[in-house]
Amino acid sequence: MAPSFEQLSEQDLHEEEEEEIDFSDLKAQFEVKADEGLDTFVVIDGLPVVPEDSKQKLIKFLLRKLNTVGNTSEDAVFMPVSDKGMSEGFAFVEYETPEQAVAAVKQLHGVPLDKKHTLAVNKLMDIERYGREGRVDEEYQAPPVEPFKEKEHLRSWMGDSSARDQFALYRNDKVGVFWNNKSNQPENVVDRAHWTQLFVQWSPKGTFLASVHPQGVQLWGGASFSKQKQFPHPFVQLIEFSPLEGYLTTWSARPIQVEEGQPILTNEEDGKNIIVWDIESGKPLRSFVSHDLAAPPTGEEDVAPKKKVQWPAFKWSADEKYVARMLQGQSLSIYEVPNMNLVGRTSVKIEGVSDFEWSPATVTREGVKQYEQLLCFWTPEIGSNPARVAMMSVPSKEIVRTRNLFNVSDVKLHWQSQGAYVCVKVDRHSKSKKSMATNLEIFRVKEKGVPVEVVDSLKDTVINFAWEPNGSRFVLITTGEAPAGAAVGPKTGVSFFATEKKGSTAGNFKLVRTIEKKTSNGIYWSPKGRFVIVATVHSQSSFDLDFYDMDFEGEKVEAEKDLAANLQLMKTVEHYGVTDVQWDSTGRYVVTSASVWTHSMENGWNLHTFSGNTLSENPTEKFKQFLWRPRPPTFLSKEEQKQVRKNLREYSKEFDEEDKYAVDIANTAVVETRKRVLSEWVAWIRREKEIQAEEKDVFGLPEDADSPKHARDAPIGGSDEGEAVVEEIVEEIIEETEEVIG
Amino acid sequence: MRPILLSGHERSLTQIRFNRDGDLLFSVSKDKIVCAWWSANGERLGTYNGHQGAVWTVDVSPNTVLLATGSADNTVRLWNIKTGECVKVWDFPTAVKRVAFSPDGSKLLAVTEKRMGFLGTIAVLDINYGENLEDQAAEPSLKITCEDSKATVAGWSFLAKYIIAAHEDGSVSQYDPKTGDQLLNVQVHEFDSQINDIQFSSDRTSFLTASKDKSAKLLSVRDLNILKTYPADTPLNSASITPKKDYVILGGGQAAMDVTTTSARQGKFEARFYHKIFEDEIGRVRGHFGPLNTIDVHPAGTAYASGGEDGYVRIHHFDKSYFDFMYEVEREQMRK
Repeated sequence: MAPSFEQLSEQDLHEEEEEEIDFSDLKAQFEVKADEGLDTFVVIDGLPVVPEDSKQKLIKFLLRKLNTVGNTSEDAVFMPVSDKGMSEGFAFVEYETPEQAVAAVKQLHGVPLDKKHTLAVNKLMDIERYGREGRVDEEYQAPPVEPFKEKEHLRSWMGDSSARDQFALYRNDKVGVFWNNKSNQPENVVDRAHWTQLFVQWSPKGTFLASVHPQGVQLWGGASFSKQKQFPHPFVQLIEFSPLEGYLTTWSARPIQVEEGQPILTNEEDGKNIIVWDIESGKPLRSFVSHDLAAPPTGEEDVAPKKKVQWPAFKWSADEKYVARMLQGQSLSIYEVPNMNLVGRTSVKIEGVSDFEWSPATVTREGVKQYEQLLCFWTPEIGSNPARVAMMSVPSKEIVRTRNLFNVSDVKLHWQSQGAYVCVKVDRHSKSKKSMATNLEIFRVKEKGVPVEVVDSLKDTVINFAWEPNGSRFVLITTGEAPAGAAVGPKTGVSFFATEKKGSTAGNFKLVRTIEKKTSNGIYWSPKGRFVIVATVHSQSSFDLDFYDMDFEGEKVEAEKDLAANLQLMKTVEHYGVTDVQWDSTGRYVVTSASVWTHSMENGWNLHTFSGNTLSENPTEKFKQFLWRPRPPTFLSKEEQKQVRKNLREYSKEFDEEDKYAVDIANTAVVETRKRVLSEWVAWIRREKEIQAEEKDVFGLPEDADSPKHARDAPIGGSDEGEAVVEEIVEEIIEETEEVIG
Repeated sequence: MRPILLSGHERSLTQIRFNRDGDLLFSVSKDKIVCAWWSANGERLGTYNGHQGAVWTVDVSPNTVLLATGSADNTVRLWNIKTGECVKVWDFPTAVKRVAFSPDGSKLLAVTEKRMGFLGTIAVLDINYGENLEDQAAEPSLKITCEDSKATVAGWSFLAKYIIAAHEDGSVSQYDPKTGDQLLNVQVHEFDSQINDIQFSSDRTSFLTASKDKSAKLLSVRDLNILKTYPADTPLNSASITPKKDYVILGGGQAAMDVTTTSARQGKFEARFYHKIFEDEIGRVRGHFGPLNTIDVHPAGTAYASGGEDGYVRIHHFDKSYFDFMYEVEREQMRK
């Protein structure tokens, strides 16, 4: 019998309360939301006001627009009519799916219907949500100003008392930043697991470290490597900083799909691949669809050729005022930064344009007063027109120098780091197209009229070329034809070029020396010039690194005395499986590394001095990347730098002493630790012995409890108690005489 | 240090052991044969024939009377060292991966493999040195079953107070040899990196592990505390503590199954010497052209031997420089 109300005790009441089941989760799951189901509706405003008779006409006209983004029909458009028999200037439209409705909002909002009317498309739900009175505050409320927060100094690493350099190390899943301590163990600054998902990259002046994630790019900086800026480009794959760290270009193969509620990306970015970001504000400047490079022709038609992205897609002028992109074979688009408008409102049409390069520094040509940035481009032979290399001045977009070339198969443009020279490496084929040769055409940009010097043609093809930074010397590597079917590549020759000594201006470029029968393929100049490493990288059989000095302070070869160089091989080092060579930005150290991205054999990195002395070898499991932190350019004037160079001896004395002191300190520290470790060990042994002796007493075991049971119960081999005597007979010849008898 | 090369086996070595006097060296290999050698000159004394499968392990009784071997034919055999006769065969359900005599020789432990539904066990057998060596107990006096992770190797502490076992998951346990209870279990190596060898110091207060995680660790027997760590750059198969000098010798190399697929440069088939107390690497000995599977040191600390996947045993008698080498701190300690 159920208890009546009167009989219910206090306790029963409570029980009831407790038993009340919490439905909130189910409620949340099954509650019918008023909003739902209205996803497919949009409200279109901004329509012309028409009499009822012409309403159908308007709807039909409207439908043409509406059906471009999704499917809807005449029945699904409702256009209310007022008492006066006129339409109200708006309509409700139902699409088949919510996605189509979203697409309509994205693509039709703000689209002009005719000259007078512009469509305003909103989701019905949004009108409900924001359009009602009171939903959005009528009065403007200023957003609260965040209190000032002290930020970390972004260049704190430059203040290191012993002027050490930092580097980033990416191995396995961990990225760490370390101080370089010469031959000692590097000192760790930060080490984080899963810091990046693709790779890391320093900004060109070393301020930021960029990590790349599926969500976008994250910049880190300051002494503790805290979060600085975020660029939410979904599925970003490649990034590129502008030379002065003002901007960042990101690329992803997938076109961006802007999701609602994304605060930074707008509809503008929808469907684009490339975004140019302003690093300071963290906002996109403009976004682009990437031009795919023409795929290499494949034999079969039905196989879709793999698309290749051209990267860096956007190339920056030295002062970051312009950024340009090439549409292969058609045009060059030069944008002004930061408004990202095309210079002169149009792209420069250049038929056949194949490649272009900005000058890496702002150059002043002789006799030219106004501001300009220079860029070089080339076009191949088209029909009967010769191939052409041209230099363009920006913003005037004037061609200031051109040169015609014949029998060209490929051209590479190499600017010297100060923009003083452009070396145009021209690969030519003979008429029969059977043999190849290379020409070097060097534009002397700073001289009047930009004269072009042709360096005597080389019979072999040049596979690599590099200017000395801030200098007028270069190294190139040539290779012969590979013998058919040979397993090893052809031998290469390394040639060094320098200018003739001729007063103040640099003379003609002349070959200093060619070193034949090498396997080298990489050229790595010290960022300060003078020293260069010629290496064999990405090879399976040879791994030599030759360290050269171009200004050897010793005797000079007679034949080269007119040249501004004294070449000397300082040292040859081997690093098994080397894939990368990187100089630190001061030119003091160089790191060779073998990355697991290329092969999985003996991965790790080795540190050498500029002269090829190996300071440390660091085999590292799953080693991926080693990156020196770049330094911003020096603040010292030319005179001050000269002064420093003059007093180098005094400085070096100081540093030598410091080094010695550091070594002494380290040695004493090592000795101290060893002493401590040893005494700890001795103490441990003593304690163990004591405990063991006690235990023996407790168990009543004899002192020799652990010795083998032989005397007692081992009949075999047990009889030889006591010392065993081993007799050994050694014969020694003291004297030997030979007598002849007879 | 010119090695003596013992080429008596046709397949890779699995374990080698010096006897307590150090004059004999016993080696076992996958070719089913047990060999005995004079350690001084490398002459072969004889072989012990009878196993039907790869022999995984060998140990000599402290009085050099009996030899125990464990094999993939699921048996432990006891041999009369002098005559070469097999005096006893114990049958187990699975292969035997490690045998070890207690310090006084009265007990023998055998580690059995986990296979075919049988869990890995550590069996303790009582050994009798009486008139008739064939008179041995038929059944183990104790059986410890490893339920979590199978034991790969095991050994006895000082006074046979504990049985120390190392496991496939990189942990080390301490058992009571009377009850078979697990007293301690410590994860000393990275999880799931198998421990391939443990060897004790001469006083059996500490022991050295060699693990697949490329490190060897010196542990205290009493509480399984890690005393020292010796990092290497290759998976380790064996590690041994040298008496007389405070060194440890580690051996290993790229896993045997990967050797043929990569370059020989990568193999790292060297014996590495570390200073036991300071944990510094002080030298390497080359020679083997396959991974080192087993290392043992002469009980007097005057020689060491290594057995490799290449089928050779190399005995090295130490030079004077080995004994002379000393850290400055050690020298100071000596003077005191």
